[in-house]
Formats: sequence, C-alpha cells, structure tokens
Amino acid sequence: MNKNITFTIDGKKCIAKQDQNIVEAAEDNGIYIPTLCHLKGIIPSGSCRICNIKSNGRFMTACTTKVQEGMVIENNTEEIDELRKIIIETLFVSGNHYCPSCEKSGNCILQALAYKHRIMIPRFAYTFEVKQVDATSPKIYLERNRCVLCKRCVRSIKTKDNKNYFAIEGRGYTSQIILDKKLALNMSDEEAQIAMKNCPVGCILKKEKGYIEAIGTRKYDKIEIGTEIEIEA
Amino acid sequence: MDNQIKNITNKYLNSKHRLMDIFHDIQKKSGYISENDIKSISELLNISSVDVIQTLSFYHFFKKKENAKYNIYINESIVAQMYGHKRILQAFENATKTKLNSISADGNFGLYSTSDIGMGDQEPAAIINGVIFPKITTYRVKEIIKEFRKGKSAQDLVNSFGDGHNQDNLIRSMVSNNLNRRGRVIFSGYNSEDALDIIVDKTPEEILHVIKESNIRGRGGAGFPIGLKWQYCRQATGKTKYIVCNADEGEPGTFKDRVLLTELPKRVIVGMIIAAYAVGASKGIIYLRKEYDYLIPYLKNSLTEAEKNNLLGESIKGRKGFNFDIRIQLGGGAYVCGEETALLESCEGKRGEPRNRPPFPIEKGFLDNPTVINNVESLCAIPKIICKGAEWYRSLGTKQSSGTKLLSISGDVLYPGVFEVEWGMTIKDIIDMAGGLDTKAVQVGGPSGKLISKKEFSRRIAYEDLSTGGAIIVFNKTRNILDIVMNFTKFFIDESCGSCAPCRYLTVILKNKLQKIIDGKGVENDLLELKEWGKKMKIANRCGLGQSAANPILTSLENFRSDYEDAVQSDKKYISSFDLEKSILAGAKAASRFPAV
Repeated sequence: MNKNITFTIDGKKCIAKQDQNIVEAAEDNGIYIPTLCHLKGIIPSGSCRICNIKSNGRFMTACTTKVQEGMVIENNTEEIDELRKIIIETLFVSGNHYCPSCEKSGNCILQALAYKHRIMIPRFAYTFEVKQVDATSPKIYLERNRCVLCKRCVRSIKTKDNKNYFAIEGRGYTSQIILDKKLALNMSDEEAQIAMKNCPVGCILKKEKGYIEAIGTRKYDKIEIGTEIEIEA
Repeated sequence: MDNQIKNITNKYLNSKHRLMDIFHDIQKKSGYISENDIKSISELLNISSVDVIQTLSFYHFFKKKENAKYNIYINESIVAQMYGHKRILQAFENATKTKLNSISADGNFGLYSTSDIGMGDQEPAAIINGVIFPKITTYRVKEIIKEFRKGKSAQDLVNSFGDGHNQDNLIRSMVSNNLNRRGRVIFSGYNSEDALDIIVDKTPEEILHVIKESNIRGRGGAGFPIGLKWQYCRQATGKTKYIVCNADEGEPGTFKDRVLLTELPKRVIVGMIIAAYAVGASKGIIYLRKEYDYLIPYLKNSLTEAEKNNLLGESIKGRKGFNFDIRIQLGGGAYVCGEETALLESCEGKRGEPRNRPPFPIEKGFLDNPTVINNVESLCAIPKIICKGAEWYRSLGTKQSSGTKLLSISGDVLYPGVFEVEWGMTIKDIIDMAGGLDTKAVQVGGPSGKLISKKEFSRRIAYEDLSTGGAIIVFNKTRNILDIVMNFTKFFIDESCGSCAPCRYLTVILKNKLQKIIDGKGVENDLLELKEWGKKMKIANRCGLGQSAANPILTSLENFRSDYEDAVQSDKKYISSFDLEKSILAGAKAASRFPAV
C-alpha cells in the first residue's frame, strides 16, 4: 500500500505518499498552495477556502482533498488567483485589521497573503463591524476584530483531558470565537503560547509579554509567504 | 446541582450527542437555557461549557436568556411579505407595545422574525409558543393579544381546524393541507403495508434492483439516484447502518413534507422500513424541523402503531433478523440542516455545519456509521414502486425523470397549495393549474433555484431541464424584482452557518451592493460587480447553501436585467457607497458642530 502517487501541479510532475492531502503533497514537491485555516497535524476544516485549486477542471479545497493518482491540478492561474484575492479581501473588510499597530504584524498569515497577492486595498467597502474584545481570562486576549474564524484554535488547543478551550458561538457573519472561562483559569503559559502561535492572525494574544520580536525583523517582513517552501525544493 | 437537569441528561444517557434533545427538554420546562443550566450540562456530560454554547447558539429557537410568556415568531418569507407581513408585524408591535426582537416591559410578549416556516400557502403566518397561526389578519392580532392578556394559552386560541388529519386529536391545528391535486403515486389510494408483505418474500438485492430499475431520484433537490445510494450503503462496511428521513424542509416556498407528514406518516415509515431492508439498516431517525413540532405527538403515535403491528421492532413481519426502529430527532431552527451532512452533525448534537466530502454519508454518516439520508417525499414514493413495479413507475413522467413530483405552489396564484404532477410539466401549465394571472416571474426551486421570466415558461420541470425540489413561487406584474431578490439574499445571510469565509461575508457584501442599487445610488458598474462577485460564490463554498446563495442575484440579473437597469443611474459612472455626511454626524454632534460637506 505504500506505493507513491504521481500527479501534476500546473504541469509540474509531482510525487506524493498515499493519503496525503494536496496542500502537504504540494509542499513536499516545493510548491506552495496558500492556506489560512490549515494547520499541519490537525484535521483540516476547509473553511477559509483560500486553498481552492482546480483538479480535473473542478474547484476543491486542497487541504481537505487527498491526492490521487494522475490528478491534474491547477494552482497558479489567473482564475484561482482572483478567487483567492476575493476571499482575502472579504476577510479584511469583515473584520477590523489595523496592521501597523498589530502585535502579529509580520507574523500574520492574512497580512502575508495580502502581500503575496499584491492587494493594495480591498475592492469591497469596509463595513466596520462592531466586535468585542475579550480580555477576561488570565493568560490571553481575544482580539475579535482580527479573528477570521479559521477554527485553528478550536481544533488544536485542548486541555489535558481533551476538552475544548475554544468554540464558535452563534452562526453566520455574527458568529464569534469564545473561550471557556472556567478552563481558561487553568490554562498554562505553554498552552497560551501555542494558542497565540497557532492563531494565523492577531486574534489570540498572550498577556504580560508582547512585541518580543521587533517589527521589521519578523518572518514575513523579510520573505514572501511560501518562498521558504519553494526555495527548499 | 439542579436535579431537574440531572434527570433530563440522565434520560439521554448523559450523551453529548443528545444535546439537542436536552435543550428542548429544558426549554420546555423552564422556557430557556440559563447560564447555570449550561454549567450543569457541561459537568454532567463532561464537556467544556463552550461546547454546550456552540450548539445552543447555532439554532434559532433555543433561548439563552429569560423568555417571554408568549413568544411570537412572525414569518418573514417573501410570500408572507406579499400577503401583508409588514402590516401584521406592525399590528403585533402596537398590540404588544413591543418592538421586533425584544420582550415587552411586562415580560409577556417576545416578538421575533423567523425564516420561512413552511406555510407559504397560508400566509401571513406566525408561530406562537409552538402553535401555528396561519392566515393572520390585523383583527386576529388584536384578538390574540387581548386573549393572551386574559391569560389564555396559545392552544386555547385555536378557533378552527384545518382539513384532513389536522383535525386529528393529536394535532388539532389551524393549518390546512391545501392538497389541490392528488397524483398516481404519492397521494393515490392503496395500502402501503402491502409493500412490506411483498419485500419480506424477496431478497434485499431484489428490492435494490426494483428501486434502481424504477429510476427514482432524490426529491430533496439534488436528484441523486435512490437505488444507487441504497446500494452503496449496503456495500459499505459497518455494523449498524442508519436510515435517516430528512424532514427538515426549509427551502422558502416549500411545504409539501408538512402535508405528507400530516396525511401519510405511515407511508413515510413504510418507505423507511423498505430502505432499511434493502440496505441492511437497523436504526432509523426522522429529523424533523422545529417549525413542525406540533406534529410530534401524532408522529410518535404513528410510530407506536407501527410497532404494535410489528412493522417496527424485532422480526418485522415475522422475518427473523429483520429489526428496525425509528426515533424522531427535533431540529432547532436552521435551514442549513436540510443539507444532509449538516443534518447529521445536528443529529449528533453539534452545530449544523456541513461536512467535507468525501467521505460521503453512505460510508461515514451518523456517528461514522453508513447512513442513507432520503427526503420525506422520496420515501413516500417507495411503497408504491414496490407494489406496482419499476416498469409501471417508469411509465410516468419523462425518460430521465420518472414518476411524479409534489409541487408546493404559492405566491400570486388563486389556489396555493400542494399539487402532485408528473415530471415534464411546463411552467406555463403549472401557473395555469394553480391559477396564476399576469405572471411576471416564477421562482423555481426556492431561493436556491432560479428566478425565471416569461421567455422560459415553456421549459419543463425535470432533472434534465428545470430541476426542482418542488417550491414554486409565482410573482405577478405588480411585484418588484429587486425586493424579492433582497428578501432571498437576506435569507441566505441569516441561515449561513458561517463556516466558509465567502458564504459568511461575501453574501453581506452582495447585499450591501444590492441595497445601494435599491436606494437609487447604483451605477452600471455595480451590476457588473454583483455578477462577478456572485459567480465566485458558486465555486468558493463547501455546501449547497453557500454555492447557491448568490443565485437570486445571478438569475435575476440574467432574466430581469431591465429591472436593474431601471434602478441604476445610467448617466453616472461612479457613486460612492460611503456616506460621508452620515459617517461624521455622531462626531460632529459631539463637538456641537454641523457637518458641512
């Protein structure tokens, strides 16, 4: 069963292991497929829709689709790029993202994707949705103005007895991320640190210490997102 | 800890998969689910409290805050609007001295809006404390509130019964069937139990063969061949297999399942039993939309009757090893739960968010068991196919769409109601059948379908032409297309689960753009953008809701272009959606200045 799978992305021949999803299979072949909600090692949710690719002419999310023998995948086309741009711009106008003052600036995937896609200003009108910041827990802030509802925290941050710290409240565009108040009292520094790290934007922030890395020296301040994958290959 | 909560969670074996039932039971007892209740549930079920909240807050009809004595949910569907929703809402606001989305000062009345409640043939309608009030007039509003103030219950105010089994002692509802046309399959006269006598003498493979040969396809809208679905599930590995009846019809304009569940519950049950036999399933669930919970005592009784007659339970019809039972799972008010994987999530006590596919439910469905999900109407047609054979069934309808289809027709027609017709009927004939006059537009398949104009009235309803779940809303010349589209677009915004980013917010962006046009501030370019952005919805989202959320905009732009062109300012190239004056008003006021822009 350990036979390798061969497929192509934008014409380039690729090899993958059985049961790999397309995002990770592409990465192993030195090709970056932009994602926001996907986190390696966690069950994909396919909710940000940025990793949309075309396989055999059909759109699908690369994180939730397993690579199959002979797949012909399109990743870098004008049509797909346009779709990704629209989604990224939607995320900007549905929240309130002030990059210059954000602690995650330079380490933020949303910001990095906007740079990568050369987005200067969203085509959509800002609506300045009112969001509530939750600073009630001892270890972290929830800066909901920046939340993109990717559910990375919901899926990846659990207590030792496997209970969920985070969940989504409500539905539709009014839904928001919530933190279990009781469980949060016992959240360890390490868990808080991972929660902040797993958050692709500046929504989950660790209290007490901030701005440890100077702005201008952070990951995506120096390189475009995805280039680390494409250089390695 | 509250003993009452303990008893309730115990009843459901303290399973987190029964959260929906736990909420319903608590709400029935105390009116709402309090902070303390949430804490107790989370401890008893050993889950975090945010897990309780995430399910609770997903559904429209669960209340987290203190409830009023009378909860009035007024339907805001397009048909309700056409029949005077605004007038009725105002009458309720005046009579209760309450504004929409609030509770009156005396705590008596809570006034809310709700998406289509499946009463499109008797609007305007409202649900008050679970009782359906159809065909409400302003006079009736005054009367209802007056009686409520005297302490009467909603059930006390049932002043007439609808036709058929609506008069049954277990229903006693004012809802009417409006069954305007019986056809040769669903509403034909025969004893569906005969079908069970036939199947127990045959092998499951033989039954699968008949269903496949009949060419019957799913009636919920997607049209997947039923025989194939059953076969795949039969072939899937899994100890316990499930048959789920999707009774969550929420597509605005559809109400056929309401009539089926009222008049033919036994046929639905027999359909499920046949499915169970063919698939090798031992468990059944009827997922019933919350809006129809007035049918629960009656449906439960139908299940008990079936058990008594050895149609459910063990060794059904004397056949050893053929065991099957059915329970009802009540929803909580969420259109998206009509999507089959969202429905499964909801059955498991979770938020009704559609799953990623594959795996498909036939492989991994309810609690990861192989599961067949069929529409009420699909299941209802099955017994007749068994009785009369595949060839007979195929003789009805068209070549690719065999059998009959139930249509829920509403809007500007003389005779709104349910019609059973053969596939292949033209839209023009459908309009004439229901008595539509001066028809301008027809919404085929509800908001997720298509808004068509006269030039398409010769098209036929069939999987190969105009495929539909059966909701037909007719609009006459006096109706404003843009208002219709706005109503549908708002519906999709309210009902989006919020999981996919584009469905969650691109719909809001589209709505804002549409509002700009309705406000007279639109230009030609806005129409272009509506179309370009709307098209992305089709490809960007996971489920049918998100993929079709821009259909009202896209199909009306295509078929009613001139209505849009009349609304935009053709002499201007650009009008900003940003209202500077309005935006700085608050700041200017605070500084005691008047803006001069």
